Amino acid sequence: MRPPVIACDQLSVDLGGVRVLENVTLSVGEGDFLGLVGPNGGGKTTLLRVILGLENASAGSVRVFGGLPGSFPGRIGYVPQRLFFDREFPISVRDLVLMGRLSKKKLFQHYNTLDRTRVDEAIHAAGLERLIERRIGDLSGGELQRALIARALAGEPELLLLDEPTASIDPQMKTTIYDLIEQLKERLTIVLVTHDTALIGRYVTQVATLNVTLELHEPGATAGRESLAGVAAQNPVFLNP
Amino acid sequence: MLQEIFAFEFMRNALLAALLSSVACGIIGTYVVVKKIGFISGGIAHTAFGGIGLGYYLGINPLLGVIPFSLAAALAIGLLSKKAKVAEDTAIGTFWAVGMAVGVICIGLKPGYAPDLFSYLFGNILTVPSFDLWMIMLLDLLIIAVVWLLSKEFLAISFDEEYAAVSGLKTTALYLLMLCLIALTVVVMVRVVGIVMVIALLTIPAAIARMQSRSLPGMMIRAVVLSAFFSICGLWLSCLLDIASGATIILVAGFCFLLAHSWRFVRLLPGVLPG
Repeated sequence: MRPPVIACDQLSVDLGGVRVLENVTLSVGEGDFLGLVGPNGGGKTTLLRVILGLENASAGSVRVFGGLPGSFPGRIGYVPQRLFFDREFPISVRDLVLMGRLSKKKLFQHYNTLDRTRVDEAIHAAGLERLIERRIGDLSGGELQRALIARALAGEPELLLLDEPTASIDPQMKTTIYDLIEQLKERLTIVLVTHDTALIGRYVTQVATLNVTLELHEPGATAGRESLAGVAAQNPVFLNP
Repeated sequence: MLQEIFAFEFMRNALLAALLSSVACGIIGTYVVVKKIGFISGGIAHTAFGGIGLGYYLGINPLLGVIPFSLAAALAIGLLSKKAKVAEDTAIGTFWAVGMAVGVICIGLKPGYAPDLFSYLFGNILTVPSFDLWMIMLLDLLIIAVVWLLSKEFLAISFDEEYAAVSGLKTTALYLLMLCLIALTVVVMVRVVGIVMVIALLTIPAAIARMQSRSLPGMMIRAVVLSAFFSICGLWLSCLLDIASGATIILVAGFCFLLAHSWRFVRLLPGVLPG
């Protein structure tokens, strides 16, 4: 049997003396689509960062593809919150997406034809062909978000981690981003961090609420916006911990 | 006029120094601007004065003293701000002043008057010896080689260090290497504009170049050309008016910076104004 893609066992994480995650046990198998919801400061992004190897566990263990976090950068595609870089950076959509090939390349190695082919495919999948030479500063929020997803796809990942891909995007754009993600769930394992409890019910195979501790909901066949809205309603902490 | 200028060896050297230093300056300045590490670069430059003092005290070419000293400063500032629990600006400020202090003490310990001290602080492009030109050229080649080899890595850590780390890059090592290249660029620039004003020539050409660029290589080429233009204009004006060359170069660059931004401002104005 192949190991789960992500396996957290009684994981706890302290950041600056504050317990951000406590006793989180979680298993994400191949082809799963996990939706992570919860209040701001509930530890959603921290959990992603631990899976990526950017933060360390204080207690418990995390295994990604059966190894320590950070062991297989080439198998993970990461879509960070888009607020963390300079929109004025002189870089085109093509070069941004090309960065997704980094994890497949060795030090000093330059990008080659294969990399450029994968970039074209990813840009096609994200529907950005017309914007390929555009500077990222000239993109709308939704277009930039698609470009970041294309960057993650260019690395041909098996696991896709998305951190609030629809934050501060207008509702119409949100649906197109979710449509894109839905196409991807056929071939990828996905973990999606989001606030859109109402929207994700249609797409995910399981939902977890994270507010320092993790509560897993298995929507199964009854997955729907009603049950998720229920989750939100039962958790007044959604406003703030 | 042109023939007169080229008749003198010191003029030929000055022009060569202006052109050669612009190469390092435009390439590395691009990283300084997009990664927003101007203050840390200023810190490395000023700390390097300690190396000049040391070289002077030991009686060797001060530029040879600056190379190890500024590299050590780059590594120390970089490590301290990344790894230790010291606020980055505190670390930089401390090194900035301590480096200058070491330089002043070393120069004071050496008996006699230090006649060309002023030129290291504020540059004097008219007195660049041929040996220094060779060294500037070597450092240029080294900088170009490293940037060419690591272009995709440097782009990644400049754009988003966290994403670079997630992609499996050793971001701290790459960042320290980038700071070392800044240190070497400081060495290249010392003769042209001096330690105190290096930071202006590292940032201004790249900042103007960024306004029109869609990629880092494009921005680098524009920054190199602009830097050469400022240096040669400044050199020419300083000869014409018989004023300090380093300071004139900086004033030309600063003036063009203001001009470029006010031009952009004027161009955007119709969109801002009603009607």
